[in-house]
Amino acid sequence: MNSSPSPRIAAATARPVPQRFLNSLAPARLGRTLRLAIKSLWLHRLRSLLTVLGIVFGVCSVIAMLAIGEGASFEAQEQIKNLGSQNVILRSIKPPEEQKVSEKGSENYVLQYGLSYTDIRSIRSTISGVTILVPSRIMHEYVWNISRRVDSDIVGTVPWYPAMRNHRVASGRFFSDADMETSASVCVLGADTAQALFPLDSPLGRDVRVGGDYYRVIGVMEPRGKAVKPDETQSGAKATAQEMFIPLETAKTRYGEVLMKFRSGSFSAERVQLHEVTLKVASREEVLQVAEAVKAVLKHHHKKKDYEVVVPLELLRRAERTKQIFNIVLGSIAAISLLVGGIGIMNIMLATVTERTREIGIRRALGAKRRDIITQFLVEAVMLSGVGGLFGVALGITIPLAVTWFAAMKTIITFWSPVIAFSISGLVGVAFGLYPALRAASMDPVEALRHE
Amino acid sequence: MAASIVQLHDIRKTYQMGLVTVEALRGVSIDIHAAEYVSIMGPSGCGKSTLLNLLGCLDRPSSGRYVLGSEDISQLDDNALSGVRGTRLGFIFQSYNLIQQLTVVENIEVPLYYQGWPEAESRGLAKDVAIRVGLADRLDHRPYELSGGQQQRVAIARALVNDPLIILADEPTGNLDSSSGVEILRIFDELNGQGKTIILVTHDPGVAHHSSRTIRLRDGLIESDVKNGK
Repeated sequence: MNSSPSPRIAAATARPVPQRFLNSLAPARLGRTLRLAIKSLWLHRLRSLLTVLGIVFGVCSVIAMLAIGEGASFEAQEQIKNLGSQNVILRSIKPPEEQKVSEKGSENYVLQYGLSYTDIRSIRSTISGVTILVPSRIMHEYVWNISRRVDSDIVGTVPWYPAMRNHRVASGRFFSDADMETSASVCVLGADTAQALFPLDSPLGRDVRVGGDYYRVIGVMEPRGKAVKPDETQSGAKATAQEMFIPLETAKTRYGEVLMKFRSGSFSAERVQLHEVTLKVASREEVLQVAEAVKAVLKHHHKKKDYEVVVPLELLRRAERTKQIFNIVLGSIAAISLLVGGIGIMNIMLATVTERTREIGIRRALGAKRRDIITQFLVEAVMLSGVGGLFGVALGITIPLAVTWFAAMKTIITFWSPVIAFSISGLVGVAFGLYPALRAASMDPVEALRHE
Repeated sequence: MAASIVQLHDIRKTYQMGLVTVEALRGVSIDIHAAEYVSIMGPSGCGKSTLLNLLGCLDRPSSGRYVLGSEDISQLDDNALSGVRGTRLGFIFQSYNLIQQLTVVENIEVPLYYQGWPEAESRGLAKDVAIRVGLADRLDHRPYELSGGQQQRVAIARALVNDPLIILADEPTGNLDSSSGVEILRIFDELNGQGKTIILVTHDPGVAHHSSRTIRLRDGLIESDVKNGK
């Protein structure tokens, strides 16, 4: 009979068994330990898959939400940075109590408020860190190109305005010192204004009319803030500010210091010397101190609060703080979803341990130590969560890409978010796999072998 | 005179079952020599399973001394007992107790795996042993693809692979039809003929008849211990 053992059995097995006590996680055995885990998990494919889903969604939502949040806050910060993080912007505002007075009907009352050239002089003489000043006057008028009309802000300003406000010229040029000195009738159009007035051709070299005055267009600015596509601006926005820039000297001579407005029969006039002044502080560290000093100087000169001080850096800080809070909220959601995923893994591992009680008994009888059993089940749990983590990372990277593609929203996947999310999923495997593994290892081998 | 390989001295084992204390073994002393083929018999509840568990280092006696080879086993801790099981003992069970997700060769390898053998070596040895018990064409099969007799032969190969001091068999033919049973017993005879020490628990006198010595237990005590004239 072919089944009869040959007399060489003893010869084959007589070799001494080497006493090598390797840990199951030592490199020599790690491969086999992992393969064993895969085999056991593969035996219950559907169950393993369902268990893994909890972790997949947990990890994926963390990465996706972080990417979307990061994108949104990046856009907000970009907008603030466009104001210039080293800048302090002063604006004139109409004080509320004066508004009431003018409404009472004193038509000839000329409202006087806001920043003055005196303010600028005293800021320059008393505060040291301030380097460049960009004063500007802002008038609100209709700008015409033949029959096309745009309701626009006419900004009278200085030649170094673009450099200061991170607002670049897209085509043509900004006006020069020479234009300033000669009070030239030139203008630079904001991107939206240019688009609205000259939808079909280049505005460069053309003339636009404001009131009774004509200005030659010498340049067009880049779109501000959001990187919006040109075709979207027309439908989406009356709200977006239309702008036109002219030299400050030109503005002074054309408009004087008193602005008159006719609105539905009544007439109002305001006297404002400067609508907006941008101060550039030498170094970023000094911005907040300078802002405080400027506030103090202005407070000294103004009885009423007819101005505001905008510090982009402060806004930036605030935006960063908002982002931190957002991240904490996200973190908690992520923690909860991973906790739920972990509990799912623990549940399944407990069921697996009970189901495989006999296997545990057999392994113990054949020489497995408690440590070996712990390792076996822990590796299975970590593998479940690790595979879940991998799929979660893949999905979590895909979703923001899809969002960017379909919803045209900016998303940013930082290098760290997948790394952290993945390592946390691994930790979840260890944390929630440990108890079932310990339970498996603490079984009495005799009892385990008797288990049906 | 062959050297003594198993020495049990006044072994007692008591279990606490709720309020009742059960005395499974009440002072058993046995001396087994190398290359002996011992069968343990007795009615159910006589303590033979308990004795086998103690011999197999799966359990520890409540009192008494157990010397295996030259080592006193009774005082070892759990880890050390695992080591003893993995290196000095081979188990054969009534219900084969193979691991279902592993192939024949992988099942045979399990004891070597826990001793930290490199994979290539343990695989080679497992294949050798499998071939020698007549499983050459079943190496990559899973247990559920094999007949009972074949499964028990896998279990025998697994018990042999670590070259143990003693082979412990618990009703090895209990689940088999008679022809498979005979075949398994023939393998046992052959192994014993090559100098292997075998301790076998059974309640079948026909099986016990193959052994060279029969120990009968009753109520936790040795009732008789006779050499079979062979």
